[in-house]
Amino acid sequence: MTVFLWGVLPYAAFALLVAGLVWRHRYDRFGWTTRSSQVYESKLLNIASPVFHYGILFVLVGHLVGLFVPASWTGALGVSEYTYHLFSLYGGTAAGVLAVAGIGMLIYRRRTKAPVLRATTANDKAMYVLLLGAIVLGMAAKLSDTSGDGYDYRGTIAPWARSLFILRPQTGLMEGVPVLYQVHAVAGMVLIALVPYTRLVHMFSAPVQYLVRPYVVYRSRDPRQLGPRPDRRGWERAGS
Amino acid sequence: MRPMAQLAMVMNLDKCIGCHTCSVTCKQAWTNRRGMEYVWFNNVETRPGQGYPRRYEDQDRWRGGWELNRRGALKLKAGGRLKKLAGIFSNPRLPEIKDYYEPWTYDYKNLTDAPLGTDYPVARPVSQLDGKPMKIAWSSNWDDNLAGAPAHGDLDPMVERTRERAAEKVRFAYEQTFMFYLPRICEHCLNPSCVASCPSGAMYKRSEDGIVLVDQDRCRGWRMCVTGCPYKKVYFNHRTGKAEKCTFCYPRVEAGLPTVCSETCVGRLRYLGVVLYDADRVTGAASTPDERDLYEAQLDVFLDPADPAVIRAAKEAGIPYDWLQAARRSPVHALVSTYRVALPLHPEYRTLPMVWYIPPLSPVVDALAETGHDGEDAGNLFGAIDTLRIPLEYLAELFTAGDVGPVRASLEKLAAMRSHMRSVNLGDEPDPAVPAAVGMTPGEVEDMYRLLAIAKYEERYVIPTAAVGDARRLEESALPEACSLDYDGGPGMGGDGPFGQDSGRRRLPLVPVENFHILRRRQTADDEREV
Repeated sequence: MTVFLWGVLPYAAFALLVAGLVWRHRYDRFGWTTRSSQVYESKLLNIASPVFHYGILFVLVGHLVGLFVPASWTGALGVSEYTYHLFSLYGGTAAGVLAVAGIGMLIYRRRTKAPVLRATTANDKAMYVLLLGAIVLGMAAKLSDTSGDGYDYRGTIAPWARSLFILRPQTGLMEGVPVLYQVHAVAGMVLIALVPYTRLVHMFSAPVQYLVRPYVVYRSRDPRQLGPRPDRRGWERAGS
Repeated sequence: MRPMAQLAMVMNLDKCIGCHTCSVTCKQAWTNRRGMEYVWFNNVETRPGQGYPRRYEDQDRWRGGWELNRRGALKLKAGGRLKKLAGIFSNPRLPEIKDYYEPWTYDYKNLTDAPLGTDYPVARPVSQLDGKPMKIAWSSNWDDNLAGAPAHGDLDPMVERTRERAAEKVRFAYEQTFMFYLPRICEHCLNPSCVASCPSGAMYKRSEDGIVLVDQDRCRGWRMCVTGCPYKKVYFNHRTGKAEKCTFCYPRVEAGLPTVCSETCVGRLRYLGVVLYDADRVTGAASTPDERDLYEAQLDVFLDPADPAVIRAAKEAGIPYDWLQAARRSPVHALVSTYRVALPLHPEYRTLPMVWYIPPLSPVVDALAETGHDGEDAGNLFGAIDTLRIPLEYLAELFTAGDVGPVRASLEKLAAMRSHMRSVNLGDEPDPAVPAAVGMTPGEVEDMYRLLAIAKYEERYVIPTAAVGDARRLEESALPEACSLDYDGGPGMGGDGPFGQDSGRRRLPLVPVENFHILRRRQTADDEREV
């Protein structure tokens, strides 16, 4: 079980993520969108959506720092374990509260505004459960032990996460981790695996190229689009 | 000089009877789908009126188009690149569907399925957004023919501005009012702010014909284009989560057919043609400091298709020969640049729009006729154009950022044309002073009359096809490479098949254009040497 959860699942999730993105890019670029519901309801969304997105972005940064900056680096900078804990506790909690408040408002909006609810698919609902679950579990795990230095995930979870990248997963490190952290990590990995298959895929189209491209885009007509189109696959005409 | 070709449209508002045929046929052709129920790529507004979506011209609220920053450079009114990306998680300036109108259908099933009772069953309106019964309170042309104008007319942003500037009132009292119809499609601007607003780079201007399109595979639904377009002619498909807009019917236009709205226009008021412009001058023109000079600035961007230097540069830029020829015959170029009777819609948005309008003279003529004057007498007309200040200033708010000069000039030309042609038709001696008063010769006036009044299909729609421009290249690419067995004495060796020249193993029955003439000559020549 340990090996499956901490040695297989991470790679499976990553493989599903990459495969899903490739599949989506090749076969469903038309479906690759934010599926915004703002035209139905704008007032609540204008508050809730930025709150949630900025919150979750800070959460992401927090995870990156927590998992991929070794304790020895922060130690070398003269940051004590206690200072780091306080920083992670307050910063993380603030970001988490933003994200939870945002997603709370968004789900309330989705449930109460009839057109928005009507545009919600089963896929969306499953995604919301998982996303909300992962966020709440993370918050619970963090807030369950705030005394002293708190739970030192930088001695167990972080090295395990880094070991994944050198393809030598140290699954043993995860054995003594509190259950809440374990469940949170599993939920997180499942979420990562599902990103390309849900509307969350829009996170991979963050339009940073907008900052550098010229304002007005010119494109020429695709020469292959002139004249009759080639037959669709499976519908090629038998010789004439 | 960097010449580019643009397909553009002119609408003669004098002829619009507000029948909405253009809107309906366009809807049937393009937006008759779920998710697009509220969308009209073409709509016809009664002006004065709020338009569709409501008060879309109020740019203090919707922030569409461009403005100049303190250094005098162009900047998107809704905010630059950084602001757009920082605010990408919601778009406070996005109109909701209800700002257009809530689309509905009727509960038709109730008419047949209702249980037997004493009352007649009715088909109640049902919202297409949430499926619940609704009260119909607004639609795309709710204020058609000034319906409700005493209550709604004051909300027209252009009425507000006219009142600010002219200090007098645009009146909605029944006997003092005026109205005309304004059909609108996407402007396919030279400096499109929707394209500039798109973070994904999914919107683009086609370099061959200037048509502005949305790449549906690259659109990610950020909705910035809807805000960016000051004409609110980019729409959000709420089912697919993608932006859609008027395509200038490019599949038809590529084949040389007019757009659906033009084809079906009952009043035949639309003109389609090629305009050549200098792409290098676009940004300069759009950043003209005084918004009242934008009309003239845009005219300066256009190139004269008869100028040999322009022709040479256009050829070098790869504009096909038949496009240049079409540009010389273009009715749009004639109405916009030669006669200068067509004006752009809201040049103050700095997008350099490419659907232009001939302002309506009819309200003036009608008003004159009602007061017992001869509505087509040149003297009366010229005077009346000025004394009926309100329509003129209102028109100026629409077409020239408030500068009445160009509107008056255009209306005077139309008035002179009416007066001159009346003399011609009645067999009177036309007074050469009438055309001269508007800087035209009688010949020019008659040419303009021909274009405005009796131009036939081929004169109104001068559309070079996409394929002809590319014919040679296409033809070369369509021809098969020589057959690999077709060497001398090989099994695929050419020659006549068993049933004559055209039988046998030829793979494509395709005759290159050059060979068509050769073939015909061979078939019809008396002497072999003539071939």
